[in-house]
Amino acid sequence: MSNESKVKIALAVNGESTEVAFAPHKTLLEVLREDLGLTGTKHGCELGECGTCTVLLDATPVLSCLVLGLACAGRNVRTVEAMATGGKLHPLQETFADLGAAQCGYCTPAFLLTAEALLAANPTPTRDEIKNALAGNLCRCTGYIKIYEAVELAAARMRGEKAEASRESLYGR
Amino acid sequence: MADKKRRVIGRALRKVDATAKVTGATKFADDLAFPRMLYCKLLRSTQPHARIVSIDPSAARAFPGVQAVLTGRDLPIPFGILPVSQDEHALCVDKVRFIGDPVAAVAATTEEAATAACDLVRVEYEPLKSFASAEESVENPEPRIHDYGDSGNLHKLIDLEFGDAEAGIAEGDIVREDLFFFEGNTHLPMEQHAAVAVWSPDGKLTLWTSTQTPHYVHRALAKVLEMPAARIRVIATPNGGGFGGKSDPFSHEIAVAKLAMITGRPVKITLTREEVFYCHRGRHPTLMSVRTGVKKDGAITGMHFRSLLDGGAYGSYGVASTYYTGALQTVTYHIPRYHFQGARAFTNKAPCGPKRGHGTPQPRFALEVHIDKIAEQLGIDPAELRLKTLVPPNSLTANYLRVGSMGLGQCIAKVVEGSGWKKKFRTLPLGRGVGLACSSYISGAGLPIYWNNMPHSGVQLKCDRGGGVTVFCGSTEIGQGSDSILAYIVAEVLGVDPFDIAVVTADTDLTPVDLGSYSSRVTLMSGNAALQAAERAREILALHAAKQLNVPITQITFAEGRVFDANDQKRGMTFAEAVQWAEAAEGTVGTVGSYTPPMSAGTYRGAGVGPSPAYSYSACVVEVDVDPETGIVRVPTIWIAHDVGRAINSAAVIGQVEGSIYMGLGEALMEEMAYRGNRNVVHKIPSLLEYKSPTTLEMCDVITYLIEDPDPNGPFGAKEVGQGPLLPVMPAVANAVYDAVGVRIDEVPITPEKVLKAMRAKGKGEAGRVGPTSFPEIPWPEPTRVPTPWEGGDGKALRSVHA
Repeated sequence: MSNESKVKIALAVNGESTEVAFAPHKTLLEVLREDLGLTGTKHGCELGECGTCTVLLDATPVLSCLVLGLACAGRNVRTVEAMATGGKLHPLQETFADLGAAQCGYCTPAFLLTAEALLAANPTPTRDEIKNALAGNLCRCTGYIKIYEAVELAAARMRGEKAEASRESLYGR
Repeated sequence: MADKKRRVIGRALRKVDATAKVTGATKFADDLAFPRMLYCKLLRSTQPHARIVSIDPSAARAFPGVQAVLTGRDLPIPFGILPVSQDEHALCVDKVRFIGDPVAAVAATTEEAATAACDLVRVEYEPLKSFASAEESVENPEPRIHDYGDSGNLHKLIDLEFGDAEAGIAEGDIVREDLFFFEGNTHLPMEQHAAVAVWSPDGKLTLWTSTQTPHYVHRALAKVLEMPAARIRVIATPNGGGFGGKSDPFSHEIAVAKLAMITGRPVKITLTREEVFYCHRGRHPTLMSVRTGVKKDGAITGMHFRSLLDGGAYGSYGVASTYYTGALQTVTYHIPRYHFQGARAFTNKAPCGPKRGHGTPQPRFALEVHIDKIAEQLGIDPAELRLKTLVPPNSLTANYLRVGSMGLGQCIAKVVEGSGWKKKFRTLPLGRGVGLACSSYISGAGLPIYWNNMPHSGVQLKCDRGGGVTVFCGSTEIGQGSDSILAYIVAEVLGVDPFDIAVVTADTDLTPVDLGSYSSRVTLMSGNAALQAAERAREILALHAAKQLNVPITQITFAEGRVFDANDQKRGMTFAEAVQWAEAAEGTVGTVGSYTPPMSAGTYRGAGVGPSPAYSYSACVVEVDVDPETGIVRVPTIWIAHDVGRAINSAAVIGQVEGSIYMGLGEALMEEMAYRGNRNVVHKIPSLLEYKSPTTLEMCDVITYLIEDPDPNGPFGAKEVGQGPLLPVMPAVANAVYDAVGVRIDEVPITPEKVLKAMRAKGKGEAGRVGPTSFPEIPWPEPTRVPTPWEGGDGKALRSVHA
């Protein structure tokens, strides 16, 4: 309620220490979007069903709609807003943009962060490992294929390989 | 295929909005916030069909934080997307028609207070008999769900006959009749609908909303709020997925507008996922019967197609949807005589409307499985049979649709070769199989929703003396890439980098009308409007550049940000300098372009649905792996060829193809809007967890072939791609299941239960089939009889014998 007293916590958001006060029932999703102005994190159900609100909590993907803001005191939260640094896109953002892995773009921040966590743990994932890692994230636009290809291409580049998108994925057969 | 002469068209460029999408910078409707903003919640009906005896909002009004409560009497003017079905109220006035129908709207200082106050609105209902299926509504004309419609609870009845179909069918060596059912399913965009309204004391209203059709929301607001349209500004925010589900004007949009006017404060609503299921407007559950006469060589002699659509509680696009279940059968295989009867019933379920493929996936499923059965009966390979009966390019169909470019033959050839069809069909071991199906779809509708002579799409273009170009167009970005298409086309014509072009779209104050992102119309229609505006700008710039360079205007070329003499590339200037010379001579450099589709060939009543400037074509082969023990169908690979005319951006085209395959796979195997008919018609599964849709683990591999057979009506030859490639997936899966385990599942979704049931029946020597077994009696009207073009017809109906 509007007159409910707020609680204040300290946490690190995108590498910066911050304090934020909010009603104690609020989820991390709501704290990020409503109290910290980080609207890059989206929501599709607010029930933990679609993965759209995924952020990294201490480098692990979590559904921010199922995590209480209060539970994040003293922890590190990473959102899509921090992926591009120094005015340059993250390699995953580059490949998502180039391959059309983002169509409407609504589920994209969640896919990017889930993929980033996957590549941190496994720099050389197979297609099946990518599918398994992304199985909790729904996308209604792409059919996922361009997303797999973007993750694979970014993984190769992050390993230092000179990789380009395949001709078939850009021009068909 | 990239064209060497072209610098932008055909290339797999990044979309102009891609950077904003991958950084989270794109502002969707729910990302907007304003000082002193209120939150709106809707109270929805708990009854499927009931008279509203009384509504008492007094306790809700008194709740702390509540600023306003609306009920039906506050918004008494009806609306609806089609002029013939103005049957919705923002909030129900006298009765409710489905569980989820909006009854009251609350605006409060917090979302929690608005939710709590909704619970305090006291509504007394007097329940009425409710109907959970089209068949129930056919059987029960009373009580009527609406007090309009063609008969009882039948909203619309259509009977169109092109030539003497019975005589045609009788000429066949075989006559085959099959029944099919297509279950309803929903769009399920990842973004829940959201809208924010701001009222200014000078009498102006602004609405940001996740809509595919800002122009029609603009019309509906003006009507219901009784305001001049010029005082209303509708801005469509980028849609987080649409697929047709955000194409109607909605109650929540009108409610927040009215609440903003009353309270003088910004008001926002974001629907819950459960409410998105109630908005629906998805695929109509459709029962179909198809009876066809066929010669031994596969030539079709006549066809009679009947469809019965379950429309849900309101009209929505339903009249058009019903016509569409009969319109496009004729554009793939030559059907010389054709009889179509279509009926749409009102039921007490969430309203159905246009979902990707609008009214055509259901009959396409029926037709393509029916053809598969005919091919087997005649002992002809189903790919060969289709190739023999293709509609020729540049021809008229029996129902007066004008087919232009037609690449279906090439599509079939590609997927047959690529999939190894000839080696696999009817030869794979038990449990594995292949199926083939084809389809076609419109590139925009030939007629607008409100019949008038104005363009369907308009573009304004401004060239800046700094070398920038701004394109203004009412088209709406729903993820399909419409903003990028505008930029690519203008960039190609003016020889500039598409990323130097600013695109302003979907804002009724700033942009010329485009009818909206539906019917796969945007690339062709707004693309043609942009092409015209850009060509006009190029003429102005070329005139003044030619004067400065002292060369004939015909030698002036635009490329790579320069304007130069084609014969001597060093003689030239930058694009910015060309704008400066033109601006100095003529003033501000700005042009307009617009697009109106060609006149329809047919003029009979009902001829408005089906005509299009161009038809896309698709063919696909699906391979399945069916577990005979569990009935589970897995799809490892789909080969799809799509005739897109010309790919403006091939990567974007492939993205639409893969997305269509994905959505079709979901419809084929798992997606369904399920209701408990015996428990008050409550939606069984209004959640993302329970409404099954394919995850990464169910999605198949997709091998895509692009067929480019440029159509003279498309910009650079382009036709649609957003919807057509979905259509062949469901029938191809059904045909593949038959090839794999020898049972016919004549309805979608093809669930493991149905496969097992059919296999068990087959094991007992019964028909190995699951599907409908009868089509109810419908009070069809006197048919509209239209002689076919090859019988000397001119597209007009014969005068009725009763007239």
